[in-house]
Amino acid sequence: MGEMIAVHDLVKNYGDFCAVNHISFTVPEGRIFGFLGPNGAGKTTTIKMLTTVLDPTSGSIRVNGHDPTREQKQVRRSFGIVFQDPSLDDELTAYENMDLHGILYGVPRGERHQRIDMLVDFVGLGERKKDLVKTFSGGMKRRLEVARALLHTPRILFLDEPTIGLDPQTRNHIWGYIQQLSKDEGVTVFFTTHYMDEADRVANEVGVIDHGKIVAQGSPAELKERTRCQNLEDAFIALTGHAIREEEANAIDRMRMMGRAWRGGGRR
Amino acid sequence: MKAIYILCVRQLKRYVRSPARIIGSLGQPILFLVALGFGLRTMFARAGQGNYINFLSPGIVSMAILFNAVFSGIEIIWDRQFGFLKETLVAPVSRMEIVLGRMLGGAIVAFVQGVIVLVICLIAGFRITSSPYVWLTIVFMFLISLLFAGIGTVFGSVLQDMQGFPLIINFIIMPIFFFSGALFAANGLPKVLQLLLRLNPLSYGVDGLRGACSSVFAFGLMTDLAVSIVLTALLLAIGSYFFSKIQL
Repeated sequence: MGEMIAVHDLVKNYGDFCAVNHISFTVPEGRIFGFLGPNGAGKTTTIKMLTTVLDPTSGSIRVNGHDPTREQKQVRRSFGIVFQDPSLDDELTAYENMDLHGILYGVPRGERHQRIDMLVDFVGLGERKKDLVKTFSGGMKRRLEVARALLHTPRILFLDEPTIGLDPQTRNHIWGYIQQLSKDEGVTVFFTTHYMDEADRVANEVGVIDHGKIVAQGSPAELKERTRCQNLEDAFIALTGHAIREEEANAIDRMRMMGRAWRGGGRR
Repeated sequence: MKAIYILCVRQLKRYVRSPARIIGSLGQPILFLVALGFGLRTMFARAGQGNYINFLSPGIVSMAILFNAVFSGIEIIWDRQFGFLKETLVAPVSRMEIVLGRMLGGAIVAFVQGVIVLVICLIAGFRITSSPYVWLTIVFMFLISLLFAGIGTVFGSVLQDMQGFPLIINFIIMPIFFFSGALFAANGLPKVLQLLLRLNPLSYGVDGLRGACSSVFAFGLMTDLAVSIVLTALLLAIGSYFFSKIQL
């Protein structure tokens, strides 16, 4: 089994602020990897670099054997992503959202239509596929986003806090699909979450990042053993401390803020 | 190519599904047409300038196109806030394809709104002189659509939120409209305003459109056509450039 994600000595600086500070880790093919950390630890910044939307300051990344800065298209074809915030077009139907995605990813028509039907059924939205997405609940939108991320049969699935704000039923559903997918098709999953019970249950391996550095890595069982804690939540707190992090604007927001101040625009 | 096509189709679908927007954006041009067209008609005729509705209508059509095209570019901000922009930016297609699809879709929407306003003008008494230039009406309408879809894309790419929107409308788009010759001719204006009119990208579209409808061109057909084409190409390029610089 090869390494689906290999990160070596990765750094991202915004001015003097170091969002990601010399991190290295690998995720073998077919594994479910949980990337955990307090707010502002560098999780989303890392995902952005892995998914080609942000260039690293230094260090190397390989996603499915390709470099996200130089081989964007190959990298983009290899992964599907569910973002932290919604990313559907509310004015289109579920089916149209899927179809648009399939066309952007160059999935041939016949295969596209077949996979869309299969996937909307898979996430339990078969009955609603002709409906406008704006009529969907938060959980339905999330499920549709998971289905969409899988449409082009990616080798890797990135999930940035995929279950935030969802009820336990929907969370269970979503993880059910993902675990099944990982088992049946060997898809590698890289996810972030604040729900430690979730990470404990589904992740084969977790990495804990804090202040831009990886402070621990291993299976949930190993982490609990090392910290002598009963559950992953306690282990997480043992590793990252009790201090509540300022809900700091993320690095990009800070940059935008600077940009706005510079251009003399208003605040959000 | 397929990406350009589907993103263009997406914008047309959104347009067709939003009757409120279609009707809402007709309000302003109709208001100007009725208030100014009928309000100033007698004065214009008394001054020996002929039929004001005939003079004004191409300007009103340009106005409808201008606002709709800029607005469709600014929709990038919505897509950023509602998240759809990310979906397109991580897809394995070039930014160039994405932005071309968006600009083309926006331009077609603006063009269609222009056609609707043109029909309303015809109902209000606008008469097109039959001449060999009539077919150029469509050409100029589409050039204006593309040109301002490009300008809208620049704003949509640079602005982070809707706060700057009124700024753009009041300090850029409104002046572009008022000093384009849409409402009054250039001759007789103070020198500064004449210069402003000459520097305004919309002026050539308005004059070209008016010329195509009346076969009288103030700047000359070739000037109107050449300037409009060059500016359109330039703005599409600038719009694409700014879009390619968007950071998530």
